[in-house]
Amino acid sequence: MKAVVDELYERIATVREGGGAKSRERHESRGKMLPRDRVNGLLDPNTSFLELGQLAGWNMYGEDVPAGGIITGIGRVSGTECMIVANDATVKGGTYYPITVKKHLRAQEIAMENRLPCIYLVDSGGANLPRQADVFPDKEHFGRIFFNQANMSGKGIPQIAVVMGSCTAGGAYVPAMSDESVIVRNQGTIFLAGPPLVKAATGEVISAEALGGGDMHSKISGVVDHLADSDAHALSIARRIVSNLNVSKKPEVSIKEVEEPLYDASELYGIVGTNNRKTYDIRQVIARIVDGSRFDEYKSNYGTTLVTGFSRLYGYPVGIVANNGVLFSEAALKGANFIEICAKRKIPLIFLQNITGFMVGGQAEAGGIAKNGAKMVTAVSCAKVPKLTVLVGGSFGAGNYGMCGRAYGPRMMYMWPNSRIGVMGGEQAAGVLAQVKRDQIERNGGEWTTEEEEAFKAPTLAKYEEEASPYYSSARLWDDGVIDPCDTRKVLGLSLSAALNAPIEDTDFGIFRM
Amino acid sequence: MRTAKEMGIRTVAVYSDADANSMHVKMADESYNIGPPPSKDSYLDMDKILAIAKTTGAQAIHPGYGFLSENEAFAERCFSENISFIGPPATAIRDMGSKSESKHIMDKANVPIVKGYHGDNQDIDYLQEQARDIGYPVLIKAWMGGGGKGMRVVASDAEFQDMLSSAKNEAMKSFGDDRVLVETYVLNPRHVEVQVFADSKGNCVYLFERDCSVQRRHQKVVEEAPAPGLSEETRRELGEAAVRAAKAVNYVGAGTVEFIMAESGKFYFMEMNTRLQVEHPVTEYITGTDLVEWQIKVASGQELPKTQEQLKIKGHAFEARIYAEDPENNFMPMTGTLSHHRPPLTSETVRVDTGVRQGDLVSVYYDPMISKLIVYGDDRETALRKLVHSLQQYQVGGFKTNISLLINIATNPKFQKGCVTTHFIEENKADVLPEVPVVREVAIAQAAVSLLNSTGGVTNINANDATSPWGAAPFMVNGRPIYTYNMEYRGESIVATVKYAADACSYDVEIRRDGADATHMSVSRVATQDDKLTFTLDGASQVADVVHSLDAVTVFDQDGGNFTFDIPAPEFLVPKIEAVNVNSIVAPMTGRIEKVLVEAGTYVEAGTPIVVMEAMKMEHVLKALTSGVVGQINAAVGDIVEHHTVIAKMKEEDEAQSN
Repeated sequence: MKAVVDELYERIATVREGGGAKSRERHESRGKMLPRDRVNGLLDPNTSFLELGQLAGWNMYGEDVPAGGIITGIGRVSGTECMIVANDATVKGGTYYPITVKKHLRAQEIAMENRLPCIYLVDSGGANLPRQADVFPDKEHFGRIFFNQANMSGKGIPQIAVVMGSCTAGGAYVPAMSDESVIVRNQGTIFLAGPPLVKAATGEVISAEALGGGDMHSKISGVVDHLADSDAHALSIARRIVSNLNVSKKPEVSIKEVEEPLYDASELYGIVGTNNRKTYDIRQVIARIVDGSRFDEYKSNYGTTLVTGFSRLYGYPVGIVANNGVLFSEAALKGANFIEICAKRKIPLIFLQNITGFMVGGQAEAGGIAKNGAKMVTAVSCAKVPKLTVLVGGSFGAGNYGMCGRAYGPRMMYMWPNSRIGVMGGEQAAGVLAQVKRDQIERNGGEWTTEEEEAFKAPTLAKYEEEASPYYSSARLWDDGVIDPCDTRKVLGLSLSAALNAPIEDTDFGIFRM
Repeated sequence: MRTAKEMGIRTVAVYSDADANSMHVKMADESYNIGPPPSKDSYLDMDKILAIAKTTGAQAIHPGYGFLSENEAFAERCFSENISFIGPPATAIRDMGSKSESKHIMDKANVPIVKGYHGDNQDIDYLQEQARDIGYPVLIKAWMGGGGKGMRVVASDAEFQDMLSSAKNEAMKSFGDDRVLVETYVLNPRHVEVQVFADSKGNCVYLFERDCSVQRRHQKVVEEAPAPGLSEETRRELGEAAVRAAKAVNYVGAGTVEFIMAESGKFYFMEMNTRLQVEHPVTEYITGTDLVEWQIKVASGQELPKTQEQLKIKGHAFEARIYAEDPENNFMPMTGTLSHHRPPLTSETVRVDTGVRQGDLVSVYYDPMISKLIVYGDDRETALRKLVHSLQQYQVGGFKTNISLLINIATNPKFQKGCVTTHFIEENKADVLPEVPVVREVAIAQAAVSLLNSTGGVTNINANDATSPWGAAPFMVNGRPIYTYNMEYRGESIVATVKYAADACSYDVEIRRDGADATHMSVSRVATQDDKLTFTLDGASQVADVVHSLDAVTVFDQDGGNFTFDIPAPEFLVPKIEAVNVNSIVAPMTGRIEKVLVEAGTYVEAGTPIVVMEAMKMEHVLKALTSGVVGQINAAVGDIVEHHTVIAKMKEEDEAQSN
């Protein structure tokens, strides 16, 4: 496990380099701060940054688009937890790849669900033109960014833009649709069409600064509200803007003193390991995450392959739902029951997934595993308390649904680097496909050797192996990040605390099939 | 005041505007403002002080150690107003106030004086003749002088006349009296003074001597009692001579008879200070007395508490004066806010007398002395060791001080042997003047780690959400938080990077200095308590006090060293001059001219109203943005001017000059 964690750190370190040394140098030579330094300068000094989707775009395009060309994450600004979205102009000029759009929208979704003010540090050339078809037209494409801004603003979630570079065409709407905006003089520009396009269209020859620079927009057009001399100045103005938002966080949960877990998190490496077939007691993981390693278990003797119970995380109450084997009917009922309790009590839920699926076979089907599994899926789907999901091992089949996979709207979802995700395991998929093939061959009187079967299965196995990888998942933003198991407590704690910025709604459950 | 309180006496303080928050005001039972900071308008204003004494019904005035303490007129006024002046009779102040007068009296009383001409003949040639008689080197001194003013050392006959005229000039300027005396200049002199005390019943005792030889700019820096290396015989002779001097002027109260002592042990009367001096605590230590208590008793007509036979020397005491001054820059007094003041721990034998507290303004108006550190030990060696140790613990932030100089003096082998003269600092400059401290890398790390800790998320705790991990040590997903600090140390720019290591109390620190390779250090077990910062580096615990101000961080290490790192303000905070044309007066909006206040060609100061216009029912006064000659005025009363119209223009500088 240590080796896969080290690999994770190495990969993230290269992601942090952004567009590479040359491009960073060019960026800085223009007097601009690097995007990560901008984020740092915006945050309250010496506080956390919960970066999301670090691996976006990893190995996706045949060219490197580190972090998808955009840095997103939650951090405290003037004491308020905010969503920060920062273009990285060192990566392909900060242009929007499809994954960039997806990451931007995901950040806005998180902001919307958790009521986090949004701060956009804009420095982007706009849509990546060769890929416009995958960026521009659809519902969840570029236009959705501004749709979200308008709607969040409408809901009282502040939208703040700091223009530190280009904001061309559609990009111009980021500051234009913000509640309050800042621009850096002689650096930030906002226009619907840049000087080359203007010249082509009307013949007017005009410099970028005159067309859409800070002086013009702050003194004449009024598109922006504040004019800054430098990146650092702009960030300091943004911090002042946040201090005037009149946001006051009042978590609607009981809060107790924080206790560190009694057990050392680094022991998780040895307990969990990288062989997902090896079993261990999930309580050992829980003991290394929650306050004081205290866990008040619910129905400990019933449906024992699912572990449910109450703990505290950084003083906040949480209900934990964790796999300890394949899900049987009883386990599904217990899970549904526990989720219902937490929703009623407004206790946030944490799902620790290590699940191959619901039990299969005649006995299980006859026992109504389908309707019992459905009860758990219904409960998970409808529960309005903040839900946080961590994939600590496998996440396969309907198990992923019952345990609050991506489709079930967890506020945040993280993966451990040893985890695997897929509709089923590679072995099972290849086996199913091989069985169908063998039946077909044998029906036609043919013969299929074991070697031939192995050769047939190999590509499926390889494909499943690749696609089940957390890197494959995280690159496509099927989750919010791959994390070091040792950091699980901190990451969940920060996520939960951020989630508590939004009031906890009442839950209306759907029909539970009895 | 402390003594008075212990004796059950109520106290009233007077203060100037500059001292409204100072310590003596806080200590007193009542306090009264007596005017603006310059001392002639406050602490030297007798009428105000006496008026307050009357209103409050004070029976006595203690004049302190400066200002009016040696002012005979004030003593006389007190006498006539029936308020007892805690000090000698006015006649004694007058007799001792004039240097030449006092020498006549001393000579008569058989107190040894230096050879010299103290006469009325101020003819230049006559004085030069006298100087030749006395023999070079000679000292020219103003009659009325004090504090080194109007004083010149003349090494040879050739330079006598020049020196004389400059001494006279200075004397004239300082005292309004250019009469001077000429006397022997004692080579390698020591400044030894005797504390005497007399009561109104004719008793007078000496409380032994103090050696105040260590001086800079003719002001004392380190004093000790008793003077080192004196034989018992010399000591007694000194003491008896001092008592004779006091008796010769019918002295009452506390006084100090200053002598100049040659290497041979011969001593000569210099002057008598008719007050309790700043350095009296060293005498109190070695004699076991409280001299302020003695003063109050004597002023109320009582006899001296002890006789000469009862007074014995026990142990040794030092006093070091902590000044706000820059020893590297010719002891230039420093001013500013005392942002940090942590004197060493005091005890029965370590005392700190101070009139200032942290946050006080050390102003240009008064003495730059911050405090006196007084230590006592069974013998000189012990006392000296305590002095060094206490000085090393002494922390002052906000401006430069002489603490390093004092440490260097106290650890100097010559000083430790006790053989010093009044030229000690001058002659040992190379050894005692603090070197420009070479900043140690660990101090940079301490500054950087402290900066990191001082900006912790703890400042942002939300009472509704006190346990939030957002308020705890910083976390970064799959990485370590890293912070960079730009600092300047005496013009050298330093970049320190602090990266979180294994836990929130361990950091990797990287330091980059001008033209040097980066150095790395790993610190662990970082802990802070108030200003104290502790961490482990290479297995050793490092402790320092780190004090932050708006634009600087000062690290006080355990060896008495301190390093102030300036934190440059972000560029955008440095005020800029807006690129407006200061030569034009422009209409701020459309409106009607109401008045034109100046004519073209008039010279106006910046800020002078030029035009009054009315717009939006409001009156707007348009002023000159710069001083200069008004050029043309483009509007007349009643005109409607558009927004941005240039109403008047100042003449450009070259244009104005050519006219």
